[in-house]
Amino acid sequence: MSEGLTWNVYDANTMTQADIYGEVLCQLGERDPKIVGLSADLAKSTKIGKFADKFPERFFNVGIAEQNLFGVAAGLAKAGLLPFVSTMAVFTTLRAAEQVRTDICYQNLSVKIIATHAGTSFGAAGTTHHCTEDLAVMRALANMTVIAPADGIETANAVKACVNYPGPVYIRIGRGFEPRCYENEDYGFEIGKSVLMHPGTDITLICCGVTVLQALEAAKYLKQNDGLSVRVLNMHTIKPLDAEAVLAAVRETRRIITFEDHNIQGGLGSAVADVIAASGKGCAFEKVGIPDCFCIVGYPEDLYSHYQFDTDGIIRKVKEVMGKDFEEDEDWEDEV
Amino acid sequence: MPITDQEIKELSAVARQLRKDIIDITYWAGGAHIGGAMSMAEMLVLLYYKYLNVDPKKPDWEERDRMVLSKGHGGVGYAPLLARKGYFEFDQLKEFNKFKSPFGMHLDGLKVKGVDVSTGSLGHGLPIAAGLALGARLQKKNWRTYCILGDGECNEGTNWEAAMTINHYKLTNLLTFVDRNKLMIDGTTEQIMGLEPFADKWKAFGFIVKEVNGHDFKELSAAIDFALSQNKAPVVIISHTIKGKGVDFMENEVKWHYGGLDTDSRDKAKQSVDRMYG
Ligand SMILES: Cc1ncc(C[n+]2csc(CCOP(=O)(O)OP(=O)(O)O)c2C)c(N)n1
Repeated sequence: MSEGLTWNVYDANTMTQADIYGEVLCQLGERDPKIVGLSADLAKSTKIGKFADKFPERFFNVGIAEQNLFGVAAGLAKAGLLPFVSTMAVFTTLRAAEQVRTDICYQNLSVKIIATHAGTSFGAAGTTHHCTEDLAVMRALANMTVIAPADGIETANAVKACVNYPGPVYIRIGRGFEPRCYENEDYGFEIGKSVLMHPGTDITLICCGVTVLQALEAAKYLKQNDGLSVRVLNMHTIKPLDAEAVLAAVRETRRIITFEDHNIQGGLGSAVADVIAASGKGCAFEKVGIPDCFCIVGYPEDLYSHYQFDTDGIIRKVKEVMGKDFEEDEDWEDEV
Repeated sequence: MPITDQEIKELSAVARQLRKDIIDITYWAGGAHIGGAMSMAEMLVLLYYKYLNVDPKKPDWEERDRMVLSKGHGGVGYAPLLARKGYFEFDQLKEFNKFKSPFGMHLDGLKVKGVDVSTGSLGHGLPIAAGLALGARLQKKNWRTYCILGDGECNEGTNWEAAMTINHYKLTNLLTFVDRNKLMIDGTTEQIMGLEPFADKWKAFGFIVKEVNGHDFKELSAAIDFALSQNKAPVVIISHTIKGKGVDFMENEVKWHYGGLDTDSRDKAKQSVDRMYG
């Protein structure tokens, strides 16, 4: 995966996911002249503006017109180019949902969508700018690949990986700075393959995006203070989901909690639940995220804690689920 | 009714206070959409202090005029105006954008008294305003609907879809404003996505167009009086303004679409506003 020093043009300790995305896209743009960039008056905020500064003739700002944005991207793809499109997640997946579905997914076009301000990362802006539905909507679109990177380093990996990945890809990132989970890019990132962040046999926490680091911290704490063995999976690809890792967690830990900065309806938790339900195996299961309401106003850190997917909330939740009366069944094979 | 000199004097005092309020809230919140709040100050003040038939003590009064701030990021300008009108305590705005606050950057109509429609996603306001106006007409109500659009916002196709609806149904009980400050986020409107010939576009969609200096109460008021007397075709007031108006270091600066202030820049901003009013 290592691509040489030229890739490390960013500092994951200080740069936001979006900043890193912008840098990586510039690097990719140098190698591949077919890459074009598009935004809708959010070139600066989404950092695709870095690409715009470097390749002004290959960048198109369509104004504040998201439906048009994704239609134009579809046309560029049809014309043989490789469009990268960036605006806020809410305007991507809800305002322009039909363009993304019908113009891009239906025609199975290679359009790469890097949507920023996802989840509650623009918490102070209010509901119009929150996006806690995107995973659900994007997951329901045939041909679409859906990725929620855990930090800036993983954002770099995902953006690089999507270039040669077939069909449309949706990558959701946040707004501000999020602390890093990874030391460097060489941990074997692969679209559709979860990453084991912390081994464990008592319970599995399946996470994506900002919750990965929080869960990792929780797992370390619970090991040290409560002797609990908590497995943490970074399920950065929500679709196609790494079903094998989910099934292994069912089999080996029999307890699963999902954590996501998204409505608990339809996102990561629902995707995991589908796999568990279809397996026919018993498993204690809970979904944590935004509990099917419009998120309140506030800065992201406060919101993560309010909705219980910060480290403390995750610790509480693990203890709760561990304390639940759950019938352990030794004989896996006799379950339907 | 034509605006009097005395009214202009009083409205100017309100606008001056509003500009200072916007500066304070931007300071408290750590950042806000201050540029576009400053550009529409006169429009809001004139509507709320001279024209709108509303009662802050009865925010849900059925006969009230309706207001749709389609450029919902102007919440930092709208919220203090509503507070000063008496819809809620001004001091609540110290919590603007803070944890569990009713005030996000874009105002939530279910949480903030006086806000008729929750906006913030651009291009939603005018269709909703058209629906309000249709609803009023259908129920033989005399209340009017007012809608303020951003000029960059006019890139969104929904505005033009709504414009067709408004003209088709001849919704003269709806008055549309465009805050033509000529800037958006990534640059000027003409650099990013040219709007001109802007007035001609509205005319082609069946509107009567009034172009005014949007910081001049007299011109704005005359245009509104004209619009209120119209029952043949819908009117749009293209209000030529300056983004950041009143704060010298913000005026016409793209980067002041959204920004924060420290104590020093806050004080300088207020001094600049004082100079504006002489
Ligand atoms: C649908 C949608 N797309 C993008 C945005 C992000 N955004 C907020 S303000 C703004 C620029 C608005 O420009 P304009 O309408 O001219 O407003 P003003 O200059 O008066 O502030 C943009 C792109 C949004 N709020 N809604």
